[in-house]
Parts: sequence; structure tokens; C-alpha cells
Amino acid sequence: MNRALAQKLGFALLGLVSLLVVVPILVVIGVIVARGIVAINWQFLTTMPHGGMKEGGILPAIVGTLLLTLGTALVAVPIGIGGAVYLSEYARDTRLTRAIRLAIVNLAGIPSIVYGLFGLGMFVLFFRFGTSILAGSLTLAIMTLPVIISTAEEALRAVPQEFRTVSSSLGGTRWQGIRNIVLPQALPGIITGVILGLLRAAGETAPILFTVAAFYLPRLPSSPLDQTMALPYHLYVISTQVPGMPLSVQYGTALVLLGLVLSLNIVATLIRGYFRRKRQW
Amino acid sequence: MASPRARERIPLSRVSEFTIETLIRVLGFSTIGLVLLIFLFLLREGMPVFFEVPLRGLFSSRWYPTFAIFGALPLILGSILVTLLAIVIALPLGVATAVFVREVAPRWAREILKPIIEVLAGIPSVVLGFFGMTFVAPLVRDVLGAPTGLTAFSGAIILAYMALPTLISVAEDALDSVPKSYRDAGLAMGATRWQTIWRVVVPAARSGILTAVMLGMGRAIGETMAVMMVTGNAAVMPSSLASLFRPVRTMTATIAAEMGEVARGSTHYHALFGIGIILFVLTFFINLAAAKAIFQKKRKGGLR
Repeated sequence: MNRALAQKLGFALLGLVSLLVVVPILVVIGVIVARGIVAINWQFLTTMPHGGMKEGGILPAIVGTLLLTLGTALVAVPIGIGGAVYLSEYARDTRLTRAIRLAIVNLAGIPSIVYGLFGLGMFVLFFRFGTSILAGSLTLAIMTLPVIISTAEEALRAVPQEFRTVSSSLGGTRWQGIRNIVLPQALPGIITGVILGLLRAAGETAPILFTVAAFYLPRLPSSPLDQTMALPYHLYVISTQVPGMPLSVQYGTALVLLGLVLSLNIVATLIRGYFRRKRQW
Repeated sequence: MASPRARERIPLSRVSEFTIETLIRVLGFSTIGLVLLIFLFLLREGMPVFFEVPLRGLFSSRWYPTFAIFGALPLILGSILVTLLAIVIALPLGVATAVFVREVAPRWAREILKPIIEVLAGIPSVVLGFFGMTFVAPLVRDVLGAPTGLTAFSGAIILAYMALPTLISVAEDALDSVPKSYRDAGLAMGATRWQTIWRVVVPAARSGILTAVMLGMGRAIGETMAVMMVTGNAAVMPSSLASLFRPVRTMTATIAAEMGEVARGSTHYHALFGIGIILFVLTFFINLAAAKAIFQKKRKGGLR
């Protein structure tokens, strides 16, 4: 008798718990949009901060984040795709391959602040890059690598084996097959993975704390060895280190960062969806 | 499907093909090198502290860098406290959501839930920390009547939500890998779907769910910005249950907050890298254990 009722109640409970997970997410986004939107205007996005950051815009932080993300991409994308091609196309199931996979899982699990320490020790001090865009990009790139490798490998593996067989039966070498057939077919998946990886890099604060970030630097960087402001660090600074910061400016900054990250997230999802529908295998 | 261009292109000479393949191999191995390199640099900058401060001092209960007292115990316990509490909150939420999404929810509900959870994974931790500071902490303060809302508990709530996307997606995979025959057998015995789920499917997926918990824990213990902004940052020993509603200080937050003002080569500098070593080793083993479980499952092609 009550078994059916128990099931109904149980399912309803599960649904409620799922709401408990999802609703706060929507609240976070809703609150930040509602409170941040008032601060955002053209001037906020395109001018230098002044008056102890309480006035003016956040242009250098936006530019800094874009430059850091670009730098991260320049380093992480070739290495990441190369690593993925190795794992998907060359590696056999040996002890060494398993060690590589283990290394990737562990890289993905290293706390972001530990990446910050590493970047400080290796790039800032040992290589004497100083606190700079270069040091920060390299640090972020290493942190992003496992994301790019795993998603790119998945995309490469999804390309049917027949494609490779046909390529080699036409006399193509393994690399020709990879370059002309496998990679282009896997490209949408790889791009999605790259965007998702770079998003993480763009939003990270801890790895750039000691490697790039400038507390207050109202000018644009002119070389890779310059320091720069960056959006995530700027948000941290104005919300914890600057007394009397107007709340609307804080929420505005949070909204710009959130908007940047989420819109790219949506782009990645759309690319994935579009090509998944379009491909014929 | 091979593009016609493939035939027109001049074949690469053997030499450059060899070069490229070698390069790809090197890139493939690079990840191992990077893990070693990271550990090496942490050791290089952090090892001296073990000679500068006696071991008893390092694990004493007071962290006062200005007086050259570097007892890491309150920080370690702070991290453990916040992480465990986060998992206690996240585990039921995560498992129930994974079960709902995989086993119960109609298609339309699934297609709303999944993207929202993915969005959560994409929100930068500093944004969540900021939200926790300006929205959650005042709420906690008012509800609990605590003097400040910046407590271990507030931090754990934020951390729990940060661990949820990982936890849910790995738990979903675990449920997914339970063979359909298990469900059929349960239903054929006359059990309801509800009974089948809780007495057959979830127990069969428990090792995968354990992996999910471990990965979530790894994520939570290494989280920095949100924790630093929300837990109140007082390096005191968590001594009783009441500590949950007082400020604490984690290992990650300590590094982030203090490294900026430290002179290179000082004991304090070495001590912060020493904490980095502890964090590295801790997450290394957590992930090793989780990875082992994942790889084993893949090789046996199914359960357990």
C-alpha cells in the first residue's frame, strides 16, 4: 500500500533537495546582476580608476585579465593539444602512460594557491621574470593544462577509428592522418575544452596573487614583463582591503567578471551543441 | 571524409615527421615533469623551515609570525574543520541531486538542472567569496546571533556549493555505470523504483560515490579565495563544536594573506612554502586514491 506513497514522497524529497542545490546558484547570479548593473556604464568599463579606486572605471583590470588569458592560451593550448594527441593517438597502455594520466589527475588537484607559490618560486624569483604578466601567464597555463588535455583527448578519442584506418590505407602516415583528418574532426570539442580551461584561468585569483597582480596601477601594461591589475584580484582588493568602497562598485566589478566568464561558458556550450548536431558520426 | 587537400599537400619528409612525433611525445611526458617540478620548487623554498624551526614548534598550537612562532596546527585543523563540514553539507545534497537527475527527473527537468549546475562550476571563487562576504555572512550573523558572520560555518556553506558540481557529476557517472540488469532485477523482485534506487543502485555505485566525495574534498581543502574572504581568518585552535561559529583560518588562506608582506628567505617565507608542501602532499594523496578508484573501474569495465 504505502510503498507507492513512500516512492512519491521520496521522489518529491529528491526534487526538493535538487532545488536546494539549484536555487542558491540562481540567487547568487540574480543578486550580483541586480546589485551590479547600476554601477555599469560605458565609463566604468573604459576608464582608469582614480580617487583611491572609489571612482572611475576598471579598464586596467579588464585589460589585464584579457592579456593574462591570452598569455595563458599561447602557452597552454599548444602544449595541451600536443599532450592530448600523444595520449589519444600514440600512447599505449603502459606503465608510463598510466603515470602520465596520474600526473594529469594530480595537476588538476593541486590547490590554486600552491600554483601561486610555485609560480613565485620558479618564474618570479628563479627565472627573474619578476611579478609580471609573463610569470602569471606561465603559472596559469600550467594550472589550465590538465583541463585542456583531458577535454581535448576526449574529443580526439571520439573521432571514429575508421577515419584513421582510411587515412593510412590511402598511404598517409600517422601524422598526416592526425593533422588532416583527426584534428579537424575533433576541433569543435577541442575548442570547447580550451575555452572552458581558459575561463578557469581568467577567474582565478590565488595563482596571480604573487605572480602578477598589482594592487592599484592606473595605467595599461606595455610589455609582458609589466605588472598589471586583473579583475579577480581587483574584486578581492576592493572588497576586503579598501575601507569605504562603495558596494555598488564592488558588485559592478563582480558582475563584469561573472559576465565575462559566464558568457564565454555559454559560447563553449553552444559550440559543442552546434557541432554535435552537425557532425555525421 | 578525407579532405581532397590531403592529397595535394606535399608529404612531409621523414625527418620532419620524426621531429613532430618526437615533439608530441615530449609534450605528452611534460605533465609528469611539471608535477615533479612543482614539488621540487616547493621543497627548495620550503624545506629550510624544517631546519629553522624545531619540529615541535611547527606543530604547536600557536601561529604568530610576528613573534616568530610558526605552529601550523591551528591552520591544519582549520582546513580540516571547514573541509569536513563542507563535505557533510555537500554529500547529502550532491548524492540526492545526482540520483534525482539520473534516476528520477523527467527529461525537461534534467535539461534545466544540468546547465545550472555547470554554471556553478564556472563561477570564479573570488566571486563566490565576495557573495559569501556580503550576502551569506550577514545572514548567518543575523540567524545565529553571532558577533560576526565570518565563521567556519559560513565558509563551509560556500565550500560545499563549490564542491557540488564535481561531486554531482562524478556521482552521476557512478550511477550511470550501474548495469541496467541490476535495476531490472530489483523491479522484477517487486520492489518499487524508490526501493530499487536506494537498496540496489546506490549501494552498487558506492565506490564511485566515495570517489566523488574524495574529489570534492580535494577541491574543498585547496580552495583559497572564497575561504579566505568568508571564514574570518583568525588563526585560533578550533577546540570545540562552538568553533564552527567562530572565525577560523585555513592553510590556503594563510599563504594567500601573508605571502605578500613577507621578506624572501625569511623563516616566515619558508614556513608559508612549508604549508604549501603540506597542501601539495595532502591533495596528492587524496587525488591518488581517487584516481586509483577511477582507473580500476575503467579497466574492469564496470562496477567496483
